[in-house]
Amino acid sequence: MVRPVVASAHVPGPDEGPVPNVAAEPVKRGQLRAVWQYVWHDRLGRIGVIAFVLVVIFALAGPLIFPFNSAAVANTSAGVLLGPSRRNWLGTDELGRDVFREFLSAAHISLEVGLAATAISMILGAVIGIVAGYYGRWVDNMLMRLTDFFLVLPQIPLVIALAAFFGQSLGIIILVIGMTGWPTTARIVRSQTLSLRERQFITRVRSLGTSDARILRVHILPNVMPLIFANTVLVIGGAILAEATLSFLGLGDPVQVSWGTMLHSAFAAGAIGRGAWWYFIPPGLGIVVVVLAFTLTGHAIDQALNPRLRGSR
Amino acid sequence: MARLRYLGRKIAWLAITLYGVVTFNFVLFHVLPGNPVQLLVRSGHLTQQAQAAITRVYGLDHSLIVQYLIYLRDLLRGQLGLSYTFREPVSTLLGQYLGNTVLLLAAATLLTIAMGVLVGVIAANRRGGRYDSTTVTASVIGWSLPTFWTGLILVFVFGVWLHAFPIFGSQTPNAVYSSFWVRYEDIAAHLFLPTLTLVVVNIAQFVLVARVSVIEVLAEDFMLTARAKGLARRRILWSHAVRNALLPIVTSSALLIGLVVSGAIEVETVFSWPGMGRLVYNSVLNRDYPVIEGAFLVFAIVVLLVNFASDLLYQALDPRVREA
Repeated sequence: MVRPVVASAHVPGPDEGPVPNVAAEPVKRGQLRAVWQYVWHDRLGRIGVIAFVLVVIFALAGPLIFPFNSAAVANTSAGVLLGPSRRNWLGTDELGRDVFREFLSAAHISLEVGLAATAISMILGAVIGIVAGYYGRWVDNMLMRLTDFFLVLPQIPLVIALAAFFGQSLGIIILVIGMTGWPTTARIVRSQTLSLRERQFITRVRSLGTSDARILRVHILPNVMPLIFANTVLVIGGAILAEATLSFLGLGDPVQVSWGTMLHSAFAAGAIGRGAWWYFIPPGLGIVVVVLAFTLTGHAIDQALNPRLRGSR
Repeated sequence: MARLRYLGRKIAWLAITLYGVVTFNFVLFHVLPGNPVQLLVRSGHLTQQAQAAITRVYGLDHSLIVQYLIYLRDLLRGQLGLSYTFREPVSTLLGQYLGNTVLLLAAATLLTIAMGVLVGVIAANRRGGRYDSTTVTASVIGWSLPTFWTGLILVFVFGVWLHAFPIFGSQTPNAVYSSFWVRYEDIAAHLFLPTLTLVVVNIAQFVLVARVSVIEVLAEDFMLTARAKGLARRRILWSHAVRNALLPIVTSSALLIGLVVSGAIEVETVFSWPGMGRLVYNSVLNRDYPVIEGAFLVFAIVVLLVNFASDLLYQALDPRVREA
């Protein structure tokens, strides 16, 4: 999976004076705007962006308007697994709590885990990819073997083993998903770094005696950033799915209820056999909409950065 | 010669990865603080004698290196420890459930590949048309579906609502079969929904990969030659284009097995399919660590072996591929 060169870095000509800052703001900003324009004018990309914005608004504002108290079991006079009514828009769960309010507060948790886990994956993937691509030789060899190792391990069994072992808290789940989601990013970042390393402007700054750390930070990182960004959007969807799966299998945080935890409770309480669709359909649809939003946006960004993909849509 | 060297490198890599998985497993379950055996010893409900006995049984009185060697020796002998809940060797337990999982995995993988390629090739052939755009959209939606939730919906629609298919287990409980044939029919009926779930969720990437690679091949010059020779369009598509588009499909097949193995845990849980996945689910609920550990090892090894096989197949299909 070798991706063509993406970033249009400013390559200094032979007559220019001191080496200019390659990651000059105007270049980057122009590129970001071009990407945004493309995504917004792509039909699926626009659907993805709008869906994402709507979900975020729901997840942030929802719990404020309709607060959910997960402990409010005892003081409900409502029955358990009741169908939708004016009082409970999406019925009640197996403990008599309001499913609609639970759904909104769970949206928040699911998004939070997805974003935090992705942040970990991105940092790991970017660092490993850049170091492997820049230093090459045995460093590259070893890091890529490690990447391949994690790439072939089946993610869900691995995550289950880790989570079953380290315990059930949101922090652990974030860490475990984040630590297993980086390999594809590392590979993509590495191939981009490899091609950057051979470019003239990097050879020039290196010959001027600039330290590796500075080259990596100032010259390489800004140029792989757009690629990392596009990949981030795609990885978030996977992270949210992984969280839902873990929680569904009973490894979720019992206090901080996510969509996956809701589905675990619904399944364990026999909501499917009892036909309580209002309990198990909304959380699943929520997951699908969020993952779809990230996937559509991510593909549109990918196409914007990588024109070769456009024809094959 | 190059072929042999390629094979050698692949085998060496397979051995290193297997060793890595095994060691990773040891570190996770035996070395890190708070590992299950330590928790058992420290739980405070044990007498001094019991603690000493458990420490001895699990070899905790040895140094880590000795423990590691014992672990490796036990693994080579196929010993994976005792299940906490079943009071049986983990290897026996996994052996009992492996068959059902393999059946499910095989059915799901083969159907996914066959149907995915079929749908993808037709979409490529009708590129830009309504069939094509519907296929792409449906694939992206399919990709976004959580496996377990898709299973729940199918249980609800086909089992609870329509009563069309059994939704529990691999056979009708206490059934007396008049013949082998009736028994297979019963198992097939039970297999239908779990397999369908896995196919629906995983087919997307196959469709997309097959479609894109066939589109790329169709644009090649030799396709024009084939058309100029007056070959039938159907023949050009199915025997010339598809054969040349096979490589990316093989790669995705290797990736698919990882996804299907992960999905099997979810699907078996939802449908109470008596396989390793449901065993993992129950073990997670019971915190039966030796079983989780053993199952992870088996899943990882299966995926590694399939990847190895696909690497070899890849090279057999395309002699240009010597470096992977």
